[in-house]
Amino acid sequence: MRQLIANYKRHKMIYWLTLPVVVYFLIFSYLPMAGLIMAFQDFKPSKGFFGSEWVGFQHFVDFFTSPNFWRVTRNTIVLSLMELAFGFPAPILFALMLNEVKNRLFKRTVQTISYLPYFLSTAIIAGLIRDFMSSTGPISTTLAPIMGKAVNLLSVPEYFRAIFISTNIWQFMGYISIIYLAALTRVDPELYDAARMDGAGYWKQCWHVTLPGISSTIIIMFILNMGQLLSVNFEKILLLYNSAIYETADVISTYIYRQGILSQNYGYSTAVGLFNSVIAMLLILGANYVSKKYSETHLF
Amino acid sequence: MQLDRSIGRRLFLVFNYLFLALIALICLAPMWHTLSASFSSPVELNAHRGLLWYPVGEFTLKGYEIVFKNSAIWRSYLNTLIYVVGGTLVGISMTAIGAYTLSRRYFRPRNVLMLLITFTMLFNGGMIPNYMLIHKLGLYNTAWALILPTAINVFHLIILRTAFMGIPPEMEESAKIDGANDLQIFLRIIVPVSKASISVIVLFIAVMHWNSWFPASLYLSDRAKYPLQIILREILIDGNTSITSAGANPAISMYKLLIKYCTVIVSTLPVLTIYPFIQKYFTQGVMIGAIKG
Repeated sequence: MRQLIANYKRHKMIYWLTLPVVVYFLIFSYLPMAGLIMAFQDFKPSKGFFGSEWVGFQHFVDFFTSPNFWRVTRNTIVLSLMELAFGFPAPILFALMLNEVKNRLFKRTVQTISYLPYFLSTAIIAGLIRDFMSSTGPISTTLAPIMGKAVNLLSVPEYFRAIFISTNIWQFMGYISIIYLAALTRVDPELYDAARMDGAGYWKQCWHVTLPGISSTIIIMFILNMGQLLSVNFEKILLLYNSAIYETADVISTYIYRQGILSQNYGYSTAVGLFNSVIAMLLILGANYVSKKYSETHLF
Repeated sequence: MQLDRSIGRRLFLVFNYLFLALIALICLAPMWHTLSASFSSPVELNAHRGLLWYPVGEFTLKGYEIVFKNSAIWRSYLNTLIYVVGGTLVGISMTAIGAYTLSRRYFRPRNVLMLLITFTMLFNGGMIPNYMLIHKLGLYNTAWALILPTAINVFHLIILRTAFMGIPPEMEESAKIDGANDLQIFLRIIVPVSKASISVIVLFIAVMHWNSWFPASLYLSDRAKYPLQIILREILIDGNTSITSAGANPAISMYKLLIKYCTVIVSTLPVLTIYPFIQKYFTQGVMIGAIKG
Protein backbone atom coordinates (compact mmCIF):
# COMPACT_ATOMS: atom_id res chain seq x y z
CA MET A 1 0.00 0.00 0.00
CA ARG A 2 2.81 2.37 0.92
CA GLN A 3 4.51 1.51 -2.36
CA LEU A 4 1.29 2.29 -4.19
CA ILE A 5 1.06 5.71 -2.57
CA ALA A 6 4.68 6.43 -3.40
CA ASN A 7 4.01 5.31 -6.98
CA TYR A 8 0.98 7.60 -7.11
CA LYS A 9 2.96 10.56 -5.84
CA ARG A 10 5.59 10.05 -8.53
CA HIS A 11 3.20 9.42 -11.41
CA LYS A 12 0.06 11.33 -10.48
CA MET A 13 -0.78 12.10 -14.09
CA ILE A 14 -1.02 8.43 -15.09
CA TYR A 15 -3.44 7.75 -12.26
CA TRP A 16 -5.70 10.65 -13.20
CA LEU A 17 -5.64 9.65 -16.87
CA THR A 18 -6.69 6.12 -15.94
CA LEU A 19 -9.54 7.31 -13.73
CA PRO A 20 -12.18 7.70 -16.51
CA VAL A 21 -11.32 4.23 -17.81
CA VAL A 22 -11.65 2.68 -14.37
CA VAL A 23 -14.93 4.52 -13.78
CA TYR A 24 -16.15 3.31 -17.15
CA PHE A 25 -15.52 -0.34 -16.31
CA LEU A 26 -16.96 0.05 -12.83
CA ILE A 27 -20.19 1.54 -14.14
CA PHE A 28 -20.73 -0.31 -17.39
CA SER A 29 -19.21 -3.71 -16.60
CA TYR A 30 -19.17 -4.24 -12.84
CA LEU A 31 -22.39 -2.46 -11.82
CA PRO A 32 -24.43 -4.70 -14.16
CA MET A 33 -22.78 -7.69 -12.46
CA ALA A 34 -24.09 -6.35 -9.15
CA GLY A 35 -27.45 -6.09 -10.89
CA LEU A 36 -27.42 -9.86 -11.19
CA ILE A 37 -28.93 -9.98 -7.69
CA MET A 38 -32.21 -9.42 -9.55
CA ALA A 39 -31.91 -13.09 -10.50
CA PHE A 40 -32.68 -13.94 -6.88
CA GLN A 41 -35.45 -11.39 -6.42
CA ASP A 42 -39.00 -10.83 -7.50
CA PHE A 43 -37.67 -7.60 -8.91
CA LYS A 44 -40.06 -4.67 -9.21
CA PRO A 45 -38.55 -1.43 -10.55
CA SER A 46 -40.82 0.54 -8.21
CA LYS A 47 -39.37 -1.24 -5.16
CA GLY A 48 -35.78 -1.25 -6.38
CA PHE A 49 -32.90 -3.57 -5.55
CA PHE A 50 -33.34 -3.22 -1.81
CA GLY A 51 -37.11 -3.28 -1.54
CA SER A 52 -37.84 -6.17 -3.89
CA GLU A 53 -38.73 -9.51 -2.38
CA TRP A 54 -36.10 -12.27 -2.24
CA VAL A 55 -37.06 -15.52 -3.94
CA GLY A 56 -33.80 -17.47 -3.70
CA PHE A 57 -33.31 -19.88 -6.57
CA GLN A 58 -37.00 -19.88 -7.56
CA HIS A 59 -36.36 -18.30 -11.00
CA PHE A 60 -33.75 -20.92 -11.80
CA VAL A 61 -36.10 -23.71 -10.72
CA ASP A 62 -38.84 -22.16 -12.86
CA PHE A 63 -36.55 -21.93 -15.86
CA PHE A 64 -35.12 -25.42 -15.57
CA THR A 65 -38.59 -26.95 -15.22
CA SER A 66 -40.26 -24.90 -17.94
CA PRO A 67 -40.72 -26.42 -21.42
CA ASN A 68 -38.85 -23.42 -22.81
CA PHE A 69 -35.66 -24.48 -21.05
CA TRP A 70 -35.09 -27.49 -23.24
CA ARG A 71 -36.12 -25.68 -26.40
CA VAL A 72 -33.90 -22.60 -26.04
CA THR A 73 -30.94 -24.52 -24.63
CA ARG A 74 -31.12 -27.12 -27.38
CA ASN A 75 -31.43 -24.48 -30.12
CA THR A 76 -28.54 -22.46 -28.69
CA ILE A 77 -26.32 -25.53 -28.54
CA VAL A 78 -27.35 -26.87 -31.94
CA LEU A 79 -26.83 -23.52 -33.69
CA SER A 80 -23.48 -23.05 -31.90
CA LEU A 81 -22.25 -26.50 -32.84
CA MET A 82 -23.39 -26.05 -36.44
CA GLU A 83 -21.61 -22.71 -36.52
CA LEU A 84 -18.50 -24.45 -35.23
CA ALA A 85 -18.79 -27.37 -37.65
CA PHE A 86 -19.51 -25.32 -40.79
CA GLY A 87 -18.88 -21.65 -40.08
CA PHE A 88 -15.47 -22.16 -38.48
CA PRO A 89 -13.75 -24.25 -41.18
CA ALA A 90 -15.31 -22.35 -44.12
CA PRO A 91 -12.86 -19.40 -44.06
CA ILE A 92 -9.92 -21.79 -43.60
CA LEU A 93 -10.91 -23.79 -46.68
CA PHE A 94 -11.59 -20.60 -48.60
CA ALA A 95 -8.13 -19.25 -47.69
CA LEU A 96 -6.46 -22.54 -48.68
CA MET A 97 -8.25 -22.46 -52.02
CA LEU A 98 -7.33 -18.83 -52.66
CA ASN A 99 -3.76 -19.65 -51.73
CA GLU A 100 -3.59 -22.06 -54.68
CA VAL A 101 -4.47 -19.31 -57.14
CA LYS A 102 -1.45 -17.94 -58.96
CA ASN A 103 -3.30 -15.33 -61.03
CA ARG A 104 -3.09 -12.21 -58.88
CA LEU A 105 -5.90 -10.27 -60.55
CA PHE A 106 -8.32 -13.20 -60.14
CA LYS A 107 -7.27 -13.66 -56.54
CA ARG A 108 -7.71 -9.99 -55.65
CA THR A 109 -11.07 -9.76 -57.40
CA VAL A 110 -12.48 -12.83 -55.67
CA GLN A 111 -11.15 -11.61 -52.33
CA THR A 112 -12.57 -8.10 -52.64
CA ILE A 113 -15.98 -9.43 -53.68
CA SER A 114 -15.96 -11.95 -50.83
CA TYR A 115 -15.64 -9.12 -48.24
CA LEU A 116 -18.69 -7.34 -49.61
CA PRO A 117 -21.32 -9.10 -47.45
CA TYR A 118 -19.32 -8.27 -44.33
CA PHE A 119 -19.89 -4.57 -44.94
CA LEU A 120 -23.68 -4.87 -44.93
CA SER A 121 -25.48 -4.18 -41.65
CA THR A 122 -27.46 -6.87 -39.83
CA ALA A 123 -30.72 -5.04 -40.57
CA ILE A 124 -29.95 -5.00 -44.31
CA ILE A 125 -28.87 -8.63 -44.35
CA ALA A 126 -31.91 -9.77 -42.41
CA GLY A 127 -34.12 -7.69 -44.72
CA LEU A 128 -32.58 -9.29 -47.81
CA ILE A 129 -32.81 -12.79 -46.35
CA ARG A 130 -36.51 -12.33 -45.55
CA ASP A 131 -37.11 -11.00 -49.01
CA PHE A 132 -35.19 -13.77 -50.79
CA MET A 133 -36.81 -16.50 -48.68
CA SER A 134 -40.38 -15.16 -48.96
CA SER A 135 -42.86 -17.12 -51.06
CA THR A 136 -42.34 -14.74 -53.98
CA GLY A 137 -38.59 -14.28 -53.42
CA PRO A 138 -35.80 -15.43 -55.74
CA ILE A 139 -34.69 -18.41 -53.66
CA SER A 140 -38.12 -19.82 -52.86
CA THR A 141 -39.27 -19.49 -56.45
CA THR A 142 -36.07 -21.05 -57.77
CA LEU A 143 -36.50 -24.00 -55.40
CA ALA A 144 -40.23 -24.27 -56.13
CA PRO A 145 -39.90 -26.99 -58.84
CA ILE A 146 -37.98 -29.20 -56.41
CA MET A 147 -40.19 -28.52 -53.40
CA GLY A 148 -43.55 -28.62 -55.16
CA LYS A 149 -44.55 -25.05 -54.47
CA ALA A 150 -43.00 -21.75 -53.42
CA VAL A 151 -43.32 -21.29 -49.67
CA ASN A 152 -41.97 -18.74 -47.25
CA LEU A 153 -38.87 -20.66 -46.22
CA LEU A 154 -38.63 -18.68 -42.98
CA SER A 155 -41.95 -20.05 -41.79
CA VAL A 156 -40.78 -23.67 -41.90
CA PRO A 157 -38.97 -24.73 -38.70
CA GLU A 158 -36.91 -27.39 -40.49
CA TYR A 159 -35.16 -24.83 -42.71
CA PHE A 160 -34.23 -22.17 -40.21
CA ARG A 161 -30.91 -23.65 -39.09
CA ALA A 162 -29.67 -24.13 -42.64
CA ILE A 163 -30.71 -20.60 -43.58
CA PHE A 164 -29.11 -19.07 -40.49
CA ILE A 165 -25.79 -20.90 -40.78
CA SER A 166 -25.41 -20.57 -44.55
CA THR A 167 -26.08 -16.83 -44.44
CA ASN A 168 -23.60 -16.48 -41.58
CA ILE A 169 -20.98 -18.19 -43.72
CA TRP A 170 -21.96 -15.95 -46.64
CA GLN A 171 -21.50 -12.88 -44.46
CA PHE A 172 -18.25 -13.69 -42.65
CA MET A 173 -16.25 -16.21 -44.68
CA GLY A 174 -14.40 -13.76 -46.92
CA TYR A 175 -13.57 -11.40 -44.10
CA ILE A 176 -12.32 -14.00 -41.62
CA SER A 177 -10.25 -15.66 -44.35
CA ILE A 178 -7.99 -12.58 -44.29
CA ILE A 179 -6.49 -13.86 -41.05
CA TYR A 180 -5.72 -17.27 -42.47
CA LEU A 181 -4.35 -15.86 -45.72
CA ALA A 182 -1.99 -13.72 -43.68
CA ALA A 183 -0.91 -16.76 -41.70
CA LEU A 184 -0.36 -18.70 -44.93
CA THR A 185 2.06 -16.08 -46.25
CA ARG A 186 4.18 -16.61 -43.13
CA VAL A 187 4.69 -20.32 -43.77
CA ASP A 188 8.36 -20.81 -44.67
CA PRO A 189 8.70 -21.66 -48.41
CA GLU A 190 11.79 -23.74 -47.65
CA LEU A 191 9.59 -26.20 -45.79
CA TYR A 192 7.71 -26.89 -49.02
CA ASP A 193 10.98 -27.43 -50.88
CA ALA A 194 12.16 -29.82 -48.22
CA ALA A 195 8.87 -31.72 -48.31
CA ARG A 196 9.07 -32.01 -52.08
CA MET A 197 12.64 -33.32 -51.81
CA ASP A 198 11.28 -36.03 -49.55
CA GLY A 199 8.82 -36.88 -52.30
CA ALA A 200 5.72 -35.45 -50.64
CA GLY A 201 2.90 -34.86 -53.10
CA TYR A 202 0.58 -31.89 -53.00
CA TRP A 203 -1.84 -33.25 -50.42
CA LYS A 204 0.96 -34.42 -48.18
CA GLN A 205 2.52 -30.96 -48.33
CA CYS A 206 -0.82 -29.47 -47.39
CA TRP A 207 -1.18 -31.87 -44.46
CA HIS A 208 2.41 -31.77 -43.16
CA VAL A 209 3.48 -28.19 -43.96
CA THR A 210 0.53 -25.87 -44.60
CA LEU A 211 -1.81 -26.93 -41.84
CA PRO A 212 0.83 -27.11 -39.07
CA GLY A 213 2.05 -23.70 -40.30
CA ILE A 214 -1.30 -22.04 -39.58
CA SER A 215 -2.33 -24.22 -36.65
CA SER A 216 -1.63 -21.59 -33.96
CA THR A 217 -3.83 -19.09 -35.82
CA ILE A 218 -6.55 -21.73 -36.08
CA ILE A 219 -6.36 -22.42 -32.35
CA ILE A 220 -6.53 -18.74 -31.36
CA MET A 221 -9.54 -18.26 -33.63
CA PHE A 222 -11.10 -21.36 -32.13
CA ILE A 223 -10.79 -20.07 -28.56
CA LEU A 224 -12.18 -16.68 -29.59
CA ASN A 225 -15.08 -18.46 -31.27
CA MET A 226 -15.79 -20.43 -28.12
CA GLY A 227 -16.20 -17.17 -26.22
CA GLN A 228 -18.92 -16.00 -28.57
CA LEU A 229 -20.44 -19.42 -28.95
CA LEU A 230 -23.55 -18.89 -26.88
CA SER A 231 -24.31 -15.41 -28.17
CA VAL A 232 -25.05 -16.96 -31.63
CA ASN A 233 -25.58 -13.62 -33.38
CA PHE A 234 -28.97 -13.30 -31.69
CA GLU A 235 -29.56 -9.82 -33.10
CA LYS A 236 -29.84 -11.46 -36.49
CA ILE A 237 -32.21 -14.12 -35.14
CA LEU A 238 -34.40 -11.39 -33.64
CA LEU A 239 -34.79 -9.88 -37.10
CA LEU A 240 -35.42 -13.22 -38.81
CA TYR A 241 -37.58 -15.38 -36.58
CA ASN A 242 -41.31 -15.49 -35.94
CA SER A 243 -43.45 -17.51 -33.58
CA ALA A 244 -44.02 -20.17 -36.27
CA ILE A 245 -40.37 -21.24 -36.09
CA TYR A 246 -39.59 -20.80 -32.38
CA GLU A 247 -39.18 -24.56 -32.27
CA THR A 248 -35.79 -24.26 -34.01
CA ALA A 249 -35.02 -20.52 -33.93
CA ASP A 250 -35.64 -19.44 -30.36
CA VAL A 251 -32.32 -19.26 -28.48
CA ILE A 252 -31.45 -18.27 -24.90
CA SER A 253 -30.73 -14.62 -25.77
CA THR A 254 -33.92 -14.12 -27.78
CA TYR A 255 -35.85 -15.74 -24.93
CA ILE A 256 -34.23 -13.34 -22.44
CA TYR A 257 -35.20 -10.45 -24.71
CA ARG A 258 -38.86 -11.49 -24.87
CA GLN A 259 -39.09 -12.32 -21.16
CA GLY A 260 -37.14 -9.32 -19.90
CA ILE A 261 -37.70 -6.44 -22.28
CA LEU A 262 -41.08 -7.29 -23.80
CA SER A 263 -42.79 -9.04 -20.84
CA GLN A 264 -40.82 -7.23 -18.12
CA ASN A 265 -40.15 -10.37 -16.06
CA TYR A 266 -36.93 -8.77 -14.91
CA GLY A 267 -35.92 -11.20 -12.17
CA TYR A 268 -36.67 -14.30 -14.22
CA SER A 269 -34.89 -13.07 -17.38
CA THR A 270 -31.86 -11.97 -15.34
CA ALA A 271 -31.65 -15.52 -13.95
CA VAL A 272 -31.76 -16.97 -17.47
CA GLY A 273 -29.06 -14.48 -18.49
CA LEU A 274 -26.88 -15.48 -15.55
CA PHE A 275 -27.22 -19.12 -16.56
CA ASN A 276 -26.14 -18.16 -20.10
CA SER A 277 -23.15 -16.10 -18.90
CA VAL A 278 -21.85 -18.83 -16.61
CA ILE A 279 -22.04 -21.49 -19.33
CA ALA A 280 -20.31 -19.13 -21.79
CA MET A 281 -17.51 -18.45 -19.31
CA LEU A 282 -16.98 -22.14 -18.63
CA LEU A 283 -16.81 -22.83 -22.37
CA ILE A 284 -14.11 -20.25 -23.07
CA LEU A 285 -12.07 -21.25 -20.00
CA GLY A 286 -12.42 -24.90 -21.00
CA ALA A 287 -11.29 -24.25 -24.56
CA ASN A 288 -8.36 -22.23 -23.27
CA TYR A 289 -7.40 -24.97 -20.82
CA VAL A 290 -7.54 -27.72 -23.44
CA SER A 291 -5.50 -25.70 -25.90
CA LYS A 292 -2.95 -24.84 -23.20
CA LYS A 293 -2.58 -28.51 -22.39
CA TYR A 294 -2.20 -29.85 -25.91
CA SER A 295 -0.41 -26.97 -27.63
CA GLU A 296 1.64 -23.92 -26.82
CA THR A 297 -1.12 -21.55 -27.87
CA HIS A 298 -3.50 -19.99 -25.38
CA LEU A 299 -5.25 -16.71 -24.80
CA PHE A 300 -5.08 -16.22 -21.03
CA MET B 1 7.69 -31.92 -59.48
CA GLN B 2 6.14 -34.68 -61.52
CA LEU B 3 3.23 -34.87 -59.17
CA ASP B 4 2.58 -31.15 -59.56
CA ARG B 5 1.95 -31.53 -63.25
CA SER B 6 -0.21 -34.62 -62.96
CA ILE B 7 -3.70 -34.64 -64.42
CA GLY B 8 -5.22 -34.79 -60.95
CA ARG B 9 -3.44 -31.62 -59.95
CA ARG B 10 -4.57 -29.79 -63.09
CA LEU B 11 -8.12 -30.95 -62.64
CA PHE B 12 -7.99 -29.70 -59.09
CA LEU B 13 -6.78 -26.28 -60.21
CA VAL B 14 -9.54 -25.96 -62.78
CA PHE B 15 -12.17 -26.87 -60.21
CA ASN B 16 -10.57 -24.53 -57.73
CA TYR B 17 -10.91 -21.58 -60.13
CA LEU B 18 -14.49 -22.51 -60.99
CA PHE B 19 -15.46 -22.95 -57.37
CA LEU B 20 -13.91 -19.64 -56.32
CA ALA B 21 -15.67 -17.87 -59.19
CA LEU B 22 -18.92 -19.41 -57.97
CA ILE B 23 -18.28 -18.15 -54.43
CA ALA B 24 -17.63 -14.66 -55.77
CA LEU B 25 -20.87 -14.86 -57.75
CA ILE B 26 -22.83 -15.92 -54.65
CA CYS B 27 -21.34 -13.06 -52.64
CA LEU B 28 -22.21 -10.55 -55.33
CA ALA B 29 -25.59 -11.82 -56.57
CA PRO B 30 -27.88 -10.55 -53.78
CA MET B 31 -26.60 -7.00 -54.04
CA TRP B 32 -26.65 -7.15 -57.83
CA HIS B 33 -30.25 -8.36 -57.68
CA THR B 34 -31.08 -5.50 -55.32
CA LEU B 35 -29.42 -2.93 -57.56
CA SER B 36 -31.21 -4.24 -60.67
CA ALA B 37 -34.53 -4.35 -58.85
CA SER B 38 -34.17 -0.77 -57.64
CA PHE B 39 -34.30 0.49 -61.25
CA SER B 40 -37.10 -1.82 -62.35
CA SER B 41 -40.65 -0.92 -63.17
CA PRO B 42 -42.78 -1.77 -60.11
CA VAL B 43 -45.39 -3.84 -62.00
CA GLU B 44 -42.81 -6.07 -63.68
CA LEU B 45 -40.79 -6.28 -60.49
CA ASN B 46 -43.76 -7.50 -58.47
CA ALA B 47 -44.53 -10.12 -61.12
CA HIS B 48 -40.92 -11.24 -61.50
CA ARG B 49 -39.79 -14.52 -59.94
CA GLY B 50 -36.18 -15.56 -59.44
CA LEU B 51 -32.92 -13.62 -59.44
CA LEU B 52 -32.57 -10.44 -61.44
CA TRP B 53 -29.46 -9.77 -63.51
CA TYR B 54 -30.75 -6.54 -65.08
CA PRO B 55 -33.70 -4.19 -64.40
CA VAL B 56 -37.02 -5.55 -65.64
CA GLY B 57 -39.59 -3.40 -67.44
CA GLU B 58 -39.03 0.24 -68.13
CA PHE B 59 -36.00 1.74 -66.40
CA THR B 60 -37.25 3.99 -63.63
CA LEU B 61 -35.99 6.18 -60.80
CA LYS B 62 -39.47 6.35 -59.25
CA GLY B 63 -38.45 4.27 -56.22
CA TYR B 64 -35.51 6.53 -55.48
CA GLU B 65 -37.76 9.57 -55.88
CA ILE B 66 -40.05 8.23 -53.15
CA VAL B 67 -37.15 7.26 -50.88
CA PHE B 68 -35.39 10.60 -51.30
CA LYS B 69 -38.59 12.44 -50.41
CA ASN B 70 -38.81 10.52 -47.16
CA SER B 71 -37.75 12.80 -44.36
CA ALA B 72 -37.54 9.90 -41.86
CA ILE B 73 -34.67 8.36 -43.81
CA TRP B 74 -32.73 11.62 -44.02
CA ARG B 75 -33.24 12.46 -40.39
CA SER B 76 -32.13 8.99 -39.35
CA TYR B 77 -29.13 9.28 -41.65
CA LEU B 78 -28.17 12.47 -39.86
CA ASN B 79 -28.73 10.83 -36.44
CA THR B 80 -26.54 7.90 -37.43
CA LEU B 81 -23.84 10.33 -38.50
CA ILE B 82 -24.00 11.99 -35.08
CA TYR B 83 -23.86 8.64 -33.25
CA VAL B 84 -21.02 7.38 -35.44
CA VAL B 85 -18.91 10.53 -35.03
CA GLY B 86 -19.71 11.01 -31.33
CA GLY B 87 -19.39 7.33 -30.50
CA THR B 88 -16.12 7.00 -32.36
CA LEU B 89 -14.60 10.11 -30.76
CA VAL B 90 -15.54 9.04 -27.24
CA GLY B 91 -14.64 5.42 -27.96
CA ILE B 92 -11.20 5.96 -29.43
CA SER B 93 -10.20 8.55 -26.79
CA MET B 94 -11.17 6.28 -23.91
CA THR B 95 -9.68 3.17 -25.51
CA ALA B 96 -6.39 4.83 -26.47
CA ILE B 97 -5.88 6.52 -23.10
CA GLY B 98 -6.66 3.29 -21.29
CA ALA B 99 -4.33 1.35 -23.55
CA TYR B 100 -1.63 3.97 -22.95
CA THR B 101 -1.71 4.11 -19.15
CA LEU B 102 -2.04 0.34 -18.91
CA SER B 103 1.02 -0.05 -21.12
CA ARG B 104 3.23 2.01 -18.78
CA ARG B 105 5.58 -0.27 -16.91
CA TYR B 106 5.98 2.19 -14.03
CA PHE B 107 2.20 2.27 -13.44
CA ARG B 108 1.98 -0.10 -10.48
CA PRO B 109 -1.68 -1.19 -10.47
CA ARG B 110 -1.62 -1.94 -14.18
CA ASN B 111 -1.58 -5.73 -13.88
CA VAL B 112 -4.43 -5.81 -11.40
CA LEU B 113 -6.46 -3.44 -13.57
CA MET B 114 -5.69 -5.46 -16.70
CA LEU B 115 -6.91 -8.60 -14.96
CA LEU B 116 -10.16 -6.91 -13.91
CA ILE B 117 -10.65 -5.59 -17.43
CA THR B 118 -9.93 -8.93 -19.10
CA PHE B 119 -12.40 -10.58 -16.76
CA THR B 120 -15.20 -8.50 -18.30
CA MET B 121 -14.51 -10.36 -21.56
CA LEU B 122 -15.29 -13.62 -19.81
CA PHE B 123 -18.27 -12.63 -17.76
CA ASN B 124 -20.82 -9.85 -17.89
CA GLY B 125 -24.11 -8.84 -16.34
CA GLY B 126 -26.11 -9.53 -19.47
CA MET B 127 -28.95 -7.79 -21.23
CA ILE B 128 -31.39 -7.08 -18.40
CA PRO B 129 -29.02 -5.61 -15.77
CA ASN B 130 -27.55 -3.38 -18.49
CA TYR B 131 -31.03 -2.29 -19.48
CA MET B 132 -31.81 -1.42 -15.84
CA LEU B 133 -28.53 0.47 -15.55
CA ILE B 134 -29.30 2.72 -18.52
CA HIS B 135 -32.63 3.62 -16.93
CA LYS B 136 -31.11 4.20 -13.48
CA LEU B 137 -28.38 6.44 -14.92
CA GLY B 138 -31.01 8.54 -16.66
CA LEU B 139 -29.50 7.80 -20.06
CA TYR B 140 -32.74 6.37 -21.49
CA ASN B 141 -33.76 8.07 -24.72
CA THR B 142 -30.49 10.01 -25.02
CA ALA B 143 -27.61 9.63 -27.45
CA TRP B 144 -25.38 8.77 -24.47
CA ALA B 145 -27.19 5.43 -24.11
CA LEU B 146 -25.73 4.46 -27.49
CA ILE B 147 -22.31 6.04 -27.00
CA LEU B 148 -21.21 5.37 -23.42
CA PRO B 149 -21.92 1.67 -22.69
CA THR B 150 -19.94 0.53 -25.76
CA ALA B 151 -17.18 3.14 -25.46
CA ILE B 152 -14.40 0.65 -24.69
CA ASN B 153 -14.18 -2.72 -26.37
CA VAL B 154 -11.68 -4.79 -24.36
CA PHE B 155 -10.42 -6.49 -27.48
CA HIS B 156 -9.57 -3.11 -29.05
CA LEU B 157 -7.92 -1.99 -25.82
CA ILE B 158 -5.68 -5.07 -25.80
CA ILE B 159 -4.73 -4.56 -29.45
CA LEU B 160 -3.74 -0.92 -28.86
CA ARG B 161 -1.97 -1.70 -25.60
CA THR B 162 0.12 -4.32 -27.36
CA ALA B 163 0.95 -1.81 -30.10
CA PHE B 164 1.95 0.86 -27.54
CA MET B 165 4.11 -1.59 -25.61
CA GLY B 166 6.00 -2.34 -28.81
CA ILE B 167 7.20 1.28 -29.11
CA PRO B 168 10.88 1.51 -28.11
CA PRO B 169 11.25 3.54 -24.88
CA GLU B 170 14.11 5.54 -26.41
CA MET B 171 11.57 7.39 -28.52
CA GLU B 172 10.16 9.00 -25.37
CA GLU B 173 13.52 9.89 -23.86
CA SER B 174 14.02 13.23 -25.61
CA ALA B 175 10.48 14.33 -24.70
CA LYS B 176 11.09 13.33 -21.10
CA ILE B 177 14.29 15.36 -21.01
CA ASP B 178 12.27 18.32 -22.28
CA GLY B 179 10.11 17.84 -19.19
CA ALA B 180 7.03 16.53 -21.00
CA ASN B 181 4.41 14.94 -18.73
CA ASP B 182 2.60 11.65 -19.40
CA LEU B 183 -0.24 13.26 -21.31
CA GLN B 184 2.16 15.18 -23.52
CA ILE B 185 4.17 12.04 -24.24
CA PHE B 186 0.93 10.29 -25.18
CA LEU B 187 -0.21 13.04 -27.54
CA ARG B 188 3.17 13.96 -29.02
CA ILE B 189 4.93 10.60 -29.27
CA ILE B 190 2.62 7.63 -28.81
CA VAL B 191 -0.33 8.76 -30.92
CA PRO B 192 1.68 9.90 -33.98
CA VAL B 193 3.82 6.75 -33.92
CA SER B 194 0.78 4.46 -33.66
CA LYS B 195 -1.29 6.21 -36.31
CA ALA B 196 -1.80 2.98 -38.27
CA SER B 197 -3.17 0.85 -35.45
CA ILE B 198 -5.25 3.72 -34.07
CA SER B 199 -6.90 4.34 -37.43
CA VAL B 200 -7.74 0.66 -37.69
CA ILE B 201 -9.51 0.77 -34.33
CA VAL B 202 -11.26 4.00 -35.33
CA LEU B 203 -12.57 2.17 -38.37
CA PHE B 204 -13.77 -0.78 -36.27
CA ILE B 205 -15.61 1.48 -33.82
CA ALA B 206 -17.16 3.57 -36.60
CA VAL B 207 -18.46 0.51 -38.44
CA MET B 208 -19.82 -0.93 -35.20
CA HIS B 209 -21.83 2.26 -34.59
CA TRP B 210 -22.96 2.47 -38.21
CA ASN B 211 -24.33 -1.09 -38.14
CA SER B 212 -25.75 -1.18 -34.65
CA TRP B 213 -29.52 -1.32 -34.21
CA PHE B 214 -30.22 -3.33 -31.07
CA PRO B 215 -29.15 -0.76 -28.41
CA ALA B 216 -31.13 1.93 -30.24
CA SER B 217 -34.22 -0.28 -30.22
CA LEU B 218 -33.79 -0.82 -26.47
CA TYR B 219 -32.86 2.67 -25.37
CA LEU B 220 -34.51 5.17 -27.71
CA SER B 221 -38.23 5.90 -27.58
CA ASP B 222 -38.30 9.14 -29.53
CA ARG B 223 -38.71 8.57 -33.28
CA ALA B 224 -36.84 11.78 -34.04
CA LYS B 225 -33.72 10.20 -32.50
CA TYR B 226 -33.83 6.88 -34.39
CA PRO B 227 -30.69 5.93 -36.28
CA LEU B 228 -30.83 4.70 -39.87
CA GLN B 229 -30.73 1.01 -38.93
CA ILE B 230 -33.97 1.29 -36.94
CA ILE B 231 -35.74 2.94 -39.87
CA LEU B 232 -34.32 0.18 -42.08
CA ARG B 233 -35.73 -2.41 -39.74
CA GLU B 234 -39.16 -0.79 -39.98
CA ILE B 235 -39.06 -0.70 -43.76
CA LEU B 236 -37.32 -4.02 -44.46
CA ILE B 237 -38.37 -6.24 -41.57
CA ASP B 238 -41.73 -4.91 -40.45
CA GLY B 239 -42.59 -4.11 -44.07
CA ASN B 240 -43.78 -0.72 -42.96
CA THR B 241 -43.27 1.22 -46.17
CA SER B 242 -46.06 3.61 -45.30
CA ILE B 243 -43.58 5.75 -43.38
CA THR B 244 -41.89 6.34 -46.72
CA SER B 245 -44.92 8.13 -48.07
CA ALA B 246 -45.60 11.08 -45.83
CA GLY B 247 -48.23 12.20 -48.34
CA ALA B 248 -50.92 9.55 -48.86
CA ASN B 249 -50.12 7.59 -51.99
CA PRO B 250 -52.95 5.32 -53.16
CA ALA B 251 -50.60 3.18 -55.27
CA ILE B 252 -48.13 2.72 -52.45
CA SER B 253 -48.62 -1.02 -52.13
CA MET B 254 -47.55 -1.38 -55.74
CA TYR B 255 -44.29 0.38 -54.92
CA LYS B 256 -43.65 -1.50 -51.72
CA LEU B 257 -41.05 -3.92 -53.09
CA LEU B 258 -39.38 -1.24 -55.21
CA ILE B 259 -39.11 1.05 -52.19
CA LYS B 260 -37.50 -1.74 -50.16
CA TYR B 261 -34.80 -2.31 -52.74
CA CYS B 262 -34.14 1.40 -53.24
CA THR B 263 -33.86 1.86 -49.47
CA VAL B 264 -31.26 -0.91 -49.28
CA ILE B 265 -29.21 0.75 -52.00
CA VAL B 266 -29.49 4.25 -50.51
CA SER B 267 -28.46 3.02 -47.08
CA THR B 268 -25.54 0.85 -48.18
CA LEU B 269 -24.15 2.91 -51.05
CA PRO B 270 -21.81 5.01 -48.87
CA VAL B 271 -20.26 1.90 -47.34
CA LEU B 272 -20.14 -0.08 -50.58
CA THR B 273 -18.41 2.72 -52.46
CA ILE B 274 -15.70 3.20 -49.87
CA TYR B 275 -15.05 -0.35 -48.72
CA PRO B 276 -12.76 -1.40 -51.60
CA PHE B 277 -10.55 1.55 -50.65
CA ILE B 278 -10.50 1.04 -46.92
CA GLN B 279 -10.38 -2.78 -46.99
CA LYS B 280 -6.60 -2.49 -46.72
CA TYR B 281 -6.98 -1.05 -43.20
CA PHE B 282 -9.48 -3.69 -42.27
CA THR B 283 -7.15 -6.45 -43.36
CA GLN B 284 -4.40 -4.86 -41.29
CA GLY B 285 -6.75 -4.60 -38.35
CA VAL B 286 -7.92 -8.18 -38.53
CA MET B 287 -4.31 -9.29 -38.63
CA ILE B 288 -3.24 -7.17 -35.67
CA GLY B 289 -6.14 -8.65 -33.75
CA ALA B 290 -5.34 -12.22 -34.66
CA ILE B 291 -1.59 -12.12 -34.20
CA LYS B 292 -1.31 -10.13 -31.04
CA GLY B 293 -4.75 -10.53 -29.51
